[in-house]
Amino acid sequence: MTEKTVEMTEASLFPGKRRLPQVNPVYFVLAALLCAIALSNPNFLEPPGYLNFLKRAAPLAILAAGQIYVIVSGGFDLSVGSVITLTVVGSSMLLDNNDDATWWVILVMFAIGAAVGLINGLVVSYLRVPSLIATLGMMITLNGAAFMWSSGSPRGYLPDTFRFFGRYNIKGMPLIQFLPVALIVLVVVGIALFWLMHRTNLGRLLHAIGDNPRAAQMSGVPVERIRIFAFVISSLSGVTAGILLGGFAGVSTDVGTGYELQAITATVIGGAQLLGGRGSVPASIAGALTLAAIFTLLNFIGLPKPTRDVVQGLILIVAVVLATYRRNRAGGR
Amino acid sequence: MRRFLTTTMAIALLAHTAQAQQLNFDDPAEFAKQRDQLTAKANGPEGEPWVQYYGDSMVDTAKYKKDGPYTICFSNAGVNNAWRVTGWTNMQAEVKLHPEIKELIHVDAEGSDDKQIADIDDLIAGGKCSILIVSPNTTAALTPAVEKACAALPVVVFDRGVQTKCPISFIHPVGGYGFGIQAGEFVANNVPAGANVLMLRIVPGVDVLETRASAAKRIFDEKGLKILGQEFTEGDNAKTKSIVEDYLQRGNIDAIWMDAGATAVAAIEAFEDAGIPVPVITGEDQQDFLQKWKTDGLKATAPTYPTYQWRTPIIAAVKILKGESIPGPEWVLPQPAITAESLDTYVNDKMPPLHHAMCGCETLPAYPAAWGGK
Repeated sequence: MTEKTVEMTEASLFPGKRRLPQVNPVYFVLAALLCAIALSNPNFLEPPGYLNFLKRAAPLAILAAGQIYVIVSGGFDLSVGSVITLTVVGSSMLLDNNDDATWWVILVMFAIGAAVGLINGLVVSYLRVPSLIATLGMMITLNGAAFMWSSGSPRGYLPDTFRFFGRYNIKGMPLIQFLPVALIVLVVVGIALFWLMHRTNLGRLLHAIGDNPRAAQMSGVPVERIRIFAFVISSLSGVTAGILLGGFAGVSTDVGTGYELQAITATVIGGAQLLGGRGSVPASIAGALTLAAIFTLLNFIGLPKPTRDVVQGLILIVAVVLATYRRNRAGGR
Repeated sequence: MRRFLTTTMAIALLAHTAQAQQLNFDDPAEFAKQRDQLTAKANGPEGEPWVQYYGDSMVDTAKYKKDGPYTICFSNAGVNNAWRVTGWTNMQAEVKLHPEIKELIHVDAEGSDDKQIADIDDLIAGGKCSILIVSPNTTAALTPAVEKACAALPVVVFDRGVQTKCPISFIHPVGGYGFGIQAGEFVANNVPAGANVLMLRIVPGVDVLETRASAAKRIFDEKGLKILGQEFTEGDNAKTKSIVEDYLQRGNIDAIWMDAGATAVAAIEAFEDAGIPVPVITGEDQQDFLQKWKTDGLKATAPTYPTYQWRTPIIAAVKILKGESIPGPEWVLPQPAITAESLDTYVNDKMPPLHHAMCGCETLPAYPAAWGGK
């Protein structure tokens, strides 16, 4: 019964999809940007060029792949940036320069992340607080907690065992010379989140509650539980991104600042519909790579910073307009 | 909502550029003056730079003389970066050295001009303050608030300035040009003419940072160095490392000049990860950079914007309330750079990564625990 209703919702959601298969424009935008990067700097085509690019984009890509769960279910998760900060600051405090502690510290961080997601989800689902407000509150709380924990300045280093995931390159690979561990993490997490969203019933339910929560509830979808699940996934992606970012660049007390908006922007560039019902994991990852590519391209071209900001803003707007245009053509709202 | 987010982001990006350089941050006279001060001999006790000063100008403070105990009020721009955390810790410890101080009332403006203006109003209205210390968030915005405070209380300003002469003294180290000169000359003296220099900066539009960059640029231009670019890192490690990686793909970097040291280690790691030797680099007095410098034997220097200047306003406030004259209307403190020769004095792996070593805090109460050390 549930299954049937959901299928109907799914079909009404994408009326044009099956008749008119289209490629998401984000892939064209990304391809164009990558070509532009390669033209402005041929070294980008060498393994160190593109692998460093992917390594650096991995945290945002994972974050976007987690954020899309919340976006599809009809919410926002503004707390992920502060989850990143808390992960980096908390890990450096707990590790206390002790290599052996890495494993349990990472587990503790994931537990904290899951708890954060659970609270976000409970507040949104049962206390009926709009997710924008609930997660904004969580963001402020967690940033404050990270500040209190560290007194505003990092108190320790992250040992190499922790930084392995975000910094280390596996050397001596055939063809590509080296393989960043962060890229492996991205691929594994990306595939897992793709599978969960697009190959399981759970993913279908997520789309259903984002598209029309009332209808979903009436047809027996456990809206609250699904929504909580989405927030937990998003928070866990924040912890993962935090581990990679801390690994890539070390401790700083505002490392996560701004990442929540970047993640949301990445999903929108990937064609997700804010307020729910539509979005895809691969396209969100492509959206994140697009954002990273804009940054890299403008770095390579060597424009002065103010010009670069203007260009960056314009490219963002164009990318979002393209995504919207496609949605309108496809008959979405 | 979607449109809202996009617009907000675009506006935020544009606003960033709008604060372009309107003030003169490249003043040859000020450059020359600060260059002289760097090598001049300061007055005051040897080994205690936080009470030393340049020049002979003193202010008579007899009219502010008052019986203790004193309540010192402090309107702080923020405790929002590691430099200010170290400085604020210094100040609290300095207070403990003065039994005549009954209370230090601290209000944190959290980096907001509006809040700081309101904070100062509240402190004046509260009527508890014997004296007011202000560390302004931004220069122009806080000027009227400081003028208002001057009418009601003795006022001391430190760190960033205000555009009024009404405070009894404005305490600050030599300045931004001095910082830029120290780092710039080190680079110029250690690379051949025509070498490629990458300038890494935090943000545009902040006077003490703009002057650092303009001074260094002046030196690079004189020496005929090629400036690869002036990049803004927003003090972000990941962004810094990405920028340097991208520049490394485009070509050779002979020197890195930085206007602040918090992300110096991230810049160094970009070279390490690419398997390229670390070039000549300038940072600041953060412990993580000093330790990296020492362990890896880098060719480096560390100009400082000394956090010991946070001790000075307390010392000045007590002197004022006792009617003793102090250096003024400007109290210019020495601004030493850490060099290869003095590095060992400042490296201390018991202190946290972003502890600023030029803190003058080693003899203060509760050192090192209060600074996060072991």
